[in-house]
Amino acid sequence: MSFASERNYLQDRGGAWLIALVTLTIVVVPILNLAVPPESPLHISTYTVSLLGKYLCFALLALAVDLIWGYAGILSLGHGAFFALGGYAMGMYMMRQIGDRGVYGHPELPDFMVFLNWTELPWYWYGFDSFPFALLMVLLAPGVLAFVFGWLAFRSRVTGVYFSIITQALTYAMMLAFFRNDMGFGGNNGLTDFKDILGFSLQSDGTKNALFIGSGIALIAGYLLCRYVVDSKLGRVLISVRDAESRTRFIGYRVEHYKLFVFVLSAMMAGVAGAFYVPQVGIINPGEFAPIVSIEIIIWVAVGGRGFLYGAVIGAILVNYGKTFFTGAFPEIWLFMLGGLFVVSTLFLPRGVVGLFHSLKKSLAEGRLKQEDEQTPMAEEKA
Amino acid sequence: MKNSLIKVCLFALLVGEGLIVSAFSAQARSEEPSLRVASDFATVVGGLTSKSFKEKARIIDELTGFEDQRVPLVLDALLNGDLYYDKKSQDIVILEKVEGDYLATEVVSGRERGVVKKRSMKKVGVNNSLRRQLRSRLAAFRLKSDDRELRLTAAQEILKAPSREFLPALNDALSKEKVNVLREALELARAAVLLGSEDAAERLQAVESMADASDHRVVTMLELLLIQDDQGEYAEPDAAVRAAASEALVDLRTRAKIYKFFEDLFFGISLGSVLLLAAVGLAITFGVMGVINMAHGEMIMLGAYTTYVIQLLMPNHIGLSLIVAIPAAFVVSGLFGVAIERGVIRFLYGRPLETLLATFGISLILQQLVRSIFTPLNRSVITPEWLSGSWQVNGMLSLTYNRLYIIIFALLVLFALIQLLKRTFFGLQMRAVTQNRAMASSMGIRTGWVDALTFGLGSGIAGVAGVALSQLTNVGPNLGQSYIIDSFMVVVFGGVGNLMGTFVGAMSLGIVNKFAEPFTGAVLAKILILVFVILFIQRRPRGLFALKGRFVED
Repeated sequence: MSFASERNYLQDRGGAWLIALVTLTIVVVPILNLAVPPESPLHISTYTVSLLGKYLCFALLALAVDLIWGYAGILSLGHGAFFALGGYAMGMYMMRQIGDRGVYGHPELPDFMVFLNWTELPWYWYGFDSFPFALLMVLLAPGVLAFVFGWLAFRSRVTGVYFSIITQALTYAMMLAFFRNDMGFGGNNGLTDFKDILGFSLQSDGTKNALFIGSGIALIAGYLLCRYVVDSKLGRVLISVRDAESRTRFIGYRVEHYKLFVFVLSAMMAGVAGAFYVPQVGIINPGEFAPIVSIEIIIWVAVGGRGFLYGAVIGAILVNYGKTFFTGAFPEIWLFMLGGLFVVSTLFLPRGVVGLFHSLKKSLAEGRLKQEDEQTPMAEEKA
Repeated sequence: MKNSLIKVCLFALLVGEGLIVSAFSAQARSEEPSLRVASDFATVVGGLTSKSFKEKARIIDELTGFEDQRVPLVLDALLNGDLYYDKKSQDIVILEKVEGDYLATEVVSGRERGVVKKRSMKKVGVNNSLRRQLRSRLAAFRLKSDDRELRLTAAQEILKAPSREFLPALNDALSKEKVNVLREALELARAAVLLGSEDAAERLQAVESMADASDHRVVTMLELLLIQDDQGEYAEPDAAVRAAASEALVDLRTRAKIYKFFEDLFFGISLGSVLLLAAVGLAITFGVMGVINMAHGEMIMLGAYTTYVIQLLMPNHIGLSLIVAIPAAFVVSGLFGVAIERGVIRFLYGRPLETLLATFGISLILQQLVRSIFTPLNRSVITPEWLSGSWQVNGMLSLTYNRLYIIIFALLVLFALIQLLKRTFFGLQMRAVTQNRAMASSMGIRTGWVDALTFGLGSGIAGVAGVALSQLTNVGPNLGQSYIIDSFMVVVFGGVGNLMGTFVGAMSLGIVNKFAEPFTGAVLAKILILVFVILFIQRRPRGLFALKGRFVED
């Protein structure tokens, strides 16, 4: 095994495949959607484009979770909260873009505020009419929350399942809070009825394809960033935190700083995923804060295989494709499937699909080695 | 556990029996009309067929002279417009509408005629002045009754609509009444009547006697006296009465605050008991075994559904079905627990995060299972009679029975569990395995079985919690989910591996929640609690009552 600093991206074969595939998808799919006429069997509908875009956002979210779970051993059951916060920040920008085209036609206030008889915009909505500000908030809102929460938790050495449970409580508390009408985020209904983004109509095929391509680029960028982090010296420290936290601390590393850094980074990535997700599905509501949403993210990573990065992407896309298929075809059995997936993947696939693939490859290689072994006794040294 | 079950059953039986006995004796009394005046009664009641309201008024007065249990029935029916007479036989009957049919009961003989056609009957009409008269006569009649409950209701009815005409009856009743609670009620009713008097001295006397009462209605009545109209005129013209009233109000409001505090405390404790019930099973699986059971909420749900099914099986014994449901729910949830432990969790010991995910998967499967079997709709479990209603301590404080029983029940379960852990051989084995698995195993304890049974015990208690919860909320597939996070908060807050910690944690979270609610609203109170626990864990990562010394892992 070589040292991390000596590895370069070209050695990451799974990652290279992933980047190539995602690049291919974001080039080919828009062409098939826009350039190929609808009658052609090769045509991809706009619905499918948005659906694939959604998967890409989920993949980015899963990547964020794998960064902390797979490499630092932090199991967050509240990552949906960061995802939703990013989504809300983007949603607020798009709400402000509606302007006076809402049902009530108020030039300043979104519909739900007019409905609640509010007379002016709450202070925390200021600035969201500007796109750069909204983008900043997509990063800052989840980032600051993760920083405060993580700082408090890691400083007091809240680890393992305790951390998992309080992150779950965090997202649950956020859900209850966002359900309240007087929070000023649309309460139960959330934010919806968006019209356009940066002046482009959200209904047009062009915008949808652009968002799809954007999600793909964000995923690739997120992947490269994660790969950079985990292959750096910092990444090595993270892995040692995961495997022996106390020992790492005794050697002299400030464990909580490393964990905090990676937790905030992951939360921001989740926020970006949420920001790409909301314009593609057209709604954000407090349901995204529900604990089950956050736990589903974990299962994507577990199915794909934690600690590989690309495994998380594969898991997210596989499970979500399964979800789309089964909720459409057999809505009754989807929860059975999902629940079974949890049990099976933890019992039989501790390292996920990717881990299974690797061990299959390894056992094949070993078989070959054995054969070589019989022919040439020298092969022993290789093993 | 068995111990607690027996206790609970015994307790419930005693309570249930007490109620049944009192119900029987009440019935026996009412079926005993005094024969002496029976025939007269028949003729007098027969007069009600008359069309003249004056004649009816006279009959009502005459009726109140009879010492007969049927009199209040007639008057009550007349007041409610349920009194009819047969067009042919001229018999006076009481009609009762049951599912669209009319059931008739003859007043004089008490004989039930069964279903009758409404057209063959004619209503005994009343007007407003008759209604007033009826109300006062009925109250007066009830004030004389032997039944304490009836006398109390009568006094309270008068308090609701005080009027001078009740005064003689009240004075009469007061001179005879010996029971303290009833005397207070009567005094209060009398004061309310006097408050409407023309004479300022009488009003003053009324206000002064009201100052001692503990009743919200008194507060309202006195406040009405102090209202100013547009010209600045008080509703009460006499200054002395006003002064007395405002003085009494200060007193009353202080007392109201104190009682409100007690009521909040009671609600807080009952909420804490619900949390305790939900969390105590978790305290065993999480605290003692170190297993994160995300399916714990579904064990509660299974218990609630067991209650529902048992109620379906014994529709005629609702009260008994609840008692039967307690062991049944324990067994059902316990068996599911053992199956989960043997099937999944035992392969995952020492990998808490994986256990969390696997049990979460199981919780999804169980939810969908229940959804497929019972449909996603909420099922409502009928509350037996001995659980409904409330205990009216005084006019300012009433405690609902179901909450009262839940408090007792939760404490019983906790007590039984502690006894089980401390005093039985199984408890000893359990503690041995928790403290040192390898050593326990070398001593010949079958650790695998102990694990399975411990997990079954924790799940079984969750099932029992489900029986209790079915009395408070609707039974649906999501029942468990709404309690799981709270339960975890309780266990984490109280300190893992410590039942007393769970108890203190549940009670304090319940009480704090209840007392925060008036200031913040229910949802915000819950959010604040969550934030509080999250912050609290920063200070004491191992909870209120953390294990010390060699039991602390890593």
